[in-house]
Amino acid sequence: MTAAPPPGAQHSQLRPALPLLLPAYLWLTLAIFLPLSAMVFFSFMTDLPLADRSWAMTLGNYAAFFETDLYGRLLLRSLRLGLEVTLYCVLIGFPCAYVLAKVLKGRSREAIFLLVILPFWSNGLVRIFSWAIFLRGGGVIDSALNAVLPFEVSVDLMYSYPAVIIGLVHSYLPYMVLTCYLTLQAIDDSLIEAARSLGASRLTVLRRLIVPLAMPGLIAGAVLIFVPVVGSFMEPRILGGRSGTFYGTVIEDQFVAVFNWPLGAALSFILLAVVLAVLALAAPVLRRQT
Amino acid sequence: MAEVTVHGVSRFFGSHAALQDVSIDFPDGGFYGLLGPSGSGKTTLLRMIAGFDFPDAGAIAIGGEDVAALPVQRRRIGMVFQNYALFPNMSVFDNIAFGLSVRGVARKETRDRVEKAVDLVQLSGLGARRPHQLSGGQRQRVALARAIVTRPQVLLLDEPLSALDKSLRVGMQIELKRIQREVGITTIFVTHDQEEALTMSDRIGILRDGRLEQEGPPAEIYDNPASEFAATFLGDANIFRGTVDGNTIHLADGTCLHCREALPPGTRAACAVRPERIMIRSTAGPVEAAAMNSLPARITKRIFAGNSITYLLNWQGETLKAFAQNTGTTPFDEGAAVTLHWAVESTIPLS
Ligand SMILES: Nc1ncnc2c1ncn2[C@@H]1O[C@H](COP(=O)(O)OP(=O)(O)OP(=O)(O)O)[C@@H](O)[C@H]1O
Ligand SMILES: [Mg+2]
Repeated sequence: MTAAPPPGAQHSQLRPALPLLLPAYLWLTLAIFLPLSAMVFFSFMTDLPLADRSWAMTLGNYAAFFETDLYGRLLLRSLRLGLEVTLYCVLIGFPCAYVLAKVLKGRSREAIFLLVILPFWSNGLVRIFSWAIFLRGGGVIDSALNAVLPFEVSVDLMYSYPAVIIGLVHSYLPYMVLTCYLTLQAIDDSLIEAARSLGASRLTVLRRLIVPLAMPGLIAGAVLIFVPVVGSFMEPRILGGRSGTFYGTVIEDQFVAVFNWPLGAALSFILLAVVLAVLALAAPVLRRQT
Repeated sequence: MAEVTVHGVSRFFGSHAALQDVSIDFPDGGFYGLLGPSGSGKTTLLRMIAGFDFPDAGAIAIGGEDVAALPVQRRRIGMVFQNYALFPNMSVFDNIAFGLSVRGVARKETRDRVEKAVDLVQLSGLGARRPHQLSGGQRQRVALARAIVTRPQVLLLDEPLSALDKSLRVGMQIELKRIQREVGITTIFVTHDQEEALTMSDRIGILRDGRLEQEGPPAEIYDNPASEFAATFLGDANIFRGTVDGNTIHLADGTCLHCREALPPGTRAACAVRPERIMIRSTAGPVEAAAMNSLPARITKRIFAGNSITYLLNWQGETLKAFAQNTGTTPFDEGAAVTLHWAVESTIPLS
């Protein structure tokens, strides 16, 4: 039996750390808490508190969400987009991380690693517009295929749902690769060899040992991707065109085009609540996996 | 159960030869100690028998069957790793049951066999724990149970006791030997602890720089080391060098040492004498018998170890070593001039 820590032990550990934590908390307060509370305030207003407008407190912005089924449908569509992009990121990112962590060694590992995190270093808009060059009809993919194939094909993915998926997967894949790479690299090779010596095939080792041990990385990556993708607006707008209307683009419209900040803020908080609810529902399932 | 045959195996890492033309027969049901200094290729050999690595030349057979094309999971081996390699995401029970469940053994039979293995390694009641909740010795026993529960043909142990403290280690040595005898499994045990190898093995092989230096039962290797390396690596030895004349070695100072066998004549050679074979007499003592070698020396250090006393001696500027039983007689003082005697029988010629 280990002895219970003496009362106040936690305090005495916290106190020396306080000066170290203070800047972080100060920053969090300034950068997140203050703007966020302003937004909460906005979301209960009838109009922006500008000089020539009168305003009052209201629940109307939240009610607007339920008055038509437009927002609900778009939210579902965005959730589905989030799930799909996360799924593709897992399917592409996990094997990639596995090869990086367990197959490649030395120089080649560094080179591939660089390629994987390169999207991080390029500007998001540049990234998206370069995809536009590739995906549009008469674009690079199109011309390349027609140069090789004997028959005429037309690949015009631009302004479609797949184009949005491709753009988002490309942007968010590095998160999945990095988080999985970190957990996979921590798995001792002798564990894999032990499993093989006990009669497990490579597939069984993957299923029973590697995936469970890499689960924290998979979950972290999935959360890091799912949450921003559900609220994304840039990729849907540029690559999706007319089929690029999602919950995120509607919120953006409220802030940028329609100038209805209160409605935009309310829609944002509804999104936040829904995402938190989804994560809370998924938590017990995910925890059992690890 | 099956014997393991390694025939003419070499393994190169770049230009470095980790193993070079090694041939060993590991007898069926035997306990084979693989001994050698760090980097001598012990792990490399073990990994090739397991199937994690493949020889660049030569062949390996398990139970008479060549295993070159047999992947790890079909070789029916059990392996205990130096760091135990227990699966951290599974309980002790699931760790041990892993090998059975991947082979599709029925649930009830799995439970029975795991239970039996747990009893064998005396771990009853710990099945629900996770590996990180176990002590080092317990982890090692889980690793052992996991390796033998699948009834492998061969058990491979890579320095499984090196992480344990002395007393736990001796306990585990006895335990390991008991289990091995009970199951009767062909076991290959890698260690660089010579005492461990001597006490546990039926046969010992000494590796040096990727080559098999010598091989045989422990007593035979200890009593008849073939080389200076074997003599000094397995146990202590005093080495004398000189020129050969029949079965006599002429040392540099003119002393003649008689060996128990003849050496190739005319060459420079060496002979070895185990410290426990050397008797120390005060110089004024009785004259030695005919079949003895003797040397004058001076005691430089006396180390008391309870049941025995180790003397370090100076002869011609070289340090010699002699053990004496603590029989109650007055020990020699440091600085005393003495004569060393030992039987010709104890003088082992080295090539
Ligand atoms: N994957 C590898 N790549 C390159 N060299 C290797 C590799 N594995 C082993 N070696 C080299 O082969 C030689 C033998 O290594 P091995 O691991 O078999 O030694 P060992 O006898 O087990 O030593 P120790 O007692 O320290 O465990 C060493 O010189 C080592 O550096
Ligand atoms: Mg080794």
